[in-house]
Amino acid sequence: MEVKNGWKKLKYEADVDPTFGDKIASLPGGEKIYACMQCGTCGGTCPISQYMDYTPQKIIAMIRAGFKKEVLTSFTNWLCCSCYSCTVECPKGVKITDIMYALKRCAIQNGIHQPRFAIPILAREFFNSVMKHGRTNESRLTLLLFLKTNPLRLLRQTGLGLKLWRQGRLSYRTESVKNIKQLRRLLKTVERKETVLKGAVQGPITVEAP
Amino acid sequence: MNYVYYPGCSLKGIGRAYEESLLSLFEHIGLNVSELSDWNCCGATAYMSIDESKAFALSARNLALAEMQGDGNETINLIAPCSGCYLVLSKAQRYLSEYRPLGDKIMDAMRSTGLNYTGKVRIRHPLDVLVNDVGLEKISSLVKRSLGYLRVACYYGCQIMRPYATFDDQHEPNTMNRLLQVLGAETISWPLSTRCCGGSLTGTFDKVGLRLNYILLKDAVRRGANVIATACPLCQFNLESYQTRIGRQYKDDVNMPIAYFTQIIGSALGISERRLGMRRLFVPPALSAAGDAVRGGGYVGK
Repeated sequence: MEVKNGWKKLKYEADVDPTFGDKIASLPGGEKIYACMQCGTCGGTCPISQYMDYTPQKIIAMIRAGFKKEVLTSFTNWLCCSCYSCTVECPKGVKITDIMYALKRCAIQNGIHQPRFAIPILAREFFNSVMKHGRTNESRLTLLLFLKTNPLRLLRQTGLGLKLWRQGRLSYRTESVKNIKQLRRLLKTVERKETVLKGAVQGPITVEAP
Repeated sequence: MNYVYYPGCSLKGIGRAYEESLLSLFEHIGLNVSELSDWNCCGATAYMSIDESKAFALSARNLALAEMQGDGNETINLIAPCSGCYLVLSKAQRYLSEYRPLGDKIMDAMRSTGLNYTGKVRIRHPLDVLVNDVGLEKISSLVKRSLGYLRVACYYGCQIMRPYATFDDQHEPNTMNRLLQVLGAETISWPLSTRCCGGSLTGTFDKVGLRLNYILLKDAVRRGANVIATACPLCQFNLESYQTRIGRQYKDDVNMPIAYFTQIIGSALGISERRLGMRRLFVPPALSAAGDAVRGGGYVGK
């Protein structure tokens, strides 16, 4: 809850989810989250940490303390583009990139993001394309991304698109895997057993504009 | 040695020049390469943000298909030129054996669809193959044309060396530098050579994506490079196609040809520009002062 003339934010025990840390720790790559000693090497080596609202170090502390809502609505996990600098440099071997993936999955599966926010939309379109064709096509993905987020941006990119088209780097058709039935069956068989994160959020969480 | 080649989606689309130059180069050197039949997308970074098990299952299928392409006994060398594919395949290989419950679940699903993977695949990067299998002596013996004019900034990007550095130093990689040096090119010392280009952020959140690329381009210009050599289709696309926008936004001249390292090697070995896919670049790298469109007046890509 907010307190006006005291601390900026005060959280009661009842408002946090003490099991959130364990849930993340039970996923592949999350097992070392309790080994983090809060040194901040991850944020120091991350090329994007200056644009994040919480540094990776803070995110880890918040996960362990059960600040689920704050973690899932933060901008940090979306900005991570998995360059693995933090994972490599971490002196305790915490796989921070994998933790960021887990947070993205948790947010996407529970629908915690703005409706026209590009990063989850791109991930979703990518996923659908692989399900349909077994392969992806960047030109088509980019087109869909712009149409579903902000079609006006498409106009601004016309010049670039034409140039790429002249160079033969654009194509509208997505090549398909021949044995697509096998691939689909495989994906269906491993169908999400990730129940760990699926019910992780109860009640609506609203997301403000970044 | 026989190699199986896993192109990945980008090398069939935006990074077509990488595929063309890589295959021409391998053919020229005399390496036997066959494409992995019926491969599927590796899942890249986007798929991992939706479903983890399925992302690993995608790679497991590719690994199983590669194994089927061999005679059953020897180790298969699977060449993955795209950084994303290289990392995802290596990561899947490790995680499937490291995390048993995950590995068992995926192996069970694989067997039920008639696939099997026993761990006989070795994921290789073209840099690794060229330096360790072919060797620098062999490559330097094939040189037809010296690259003396080039001052190359070798850009490795993030996902080749991180998190698993198998064939080079993780913090200061030098395989690409050594390869280009034996061809007569000068390589600049560039600490940003493994700094991230932002990946898909240029499309999804360009405020950050463009700035990351501006930092890279600016530093390469400042250090006197006249071409950046890349080993990843996405890095190449990001660094190349947003130059005009970056220049406008930051009021700075960061124009520079961005080529695949295979194209630069190929041009030293005398492979024709057409077979190296040079026409697919905005500005091909200039091999002599006379052909330098960027420094010698007028930027043709604009």
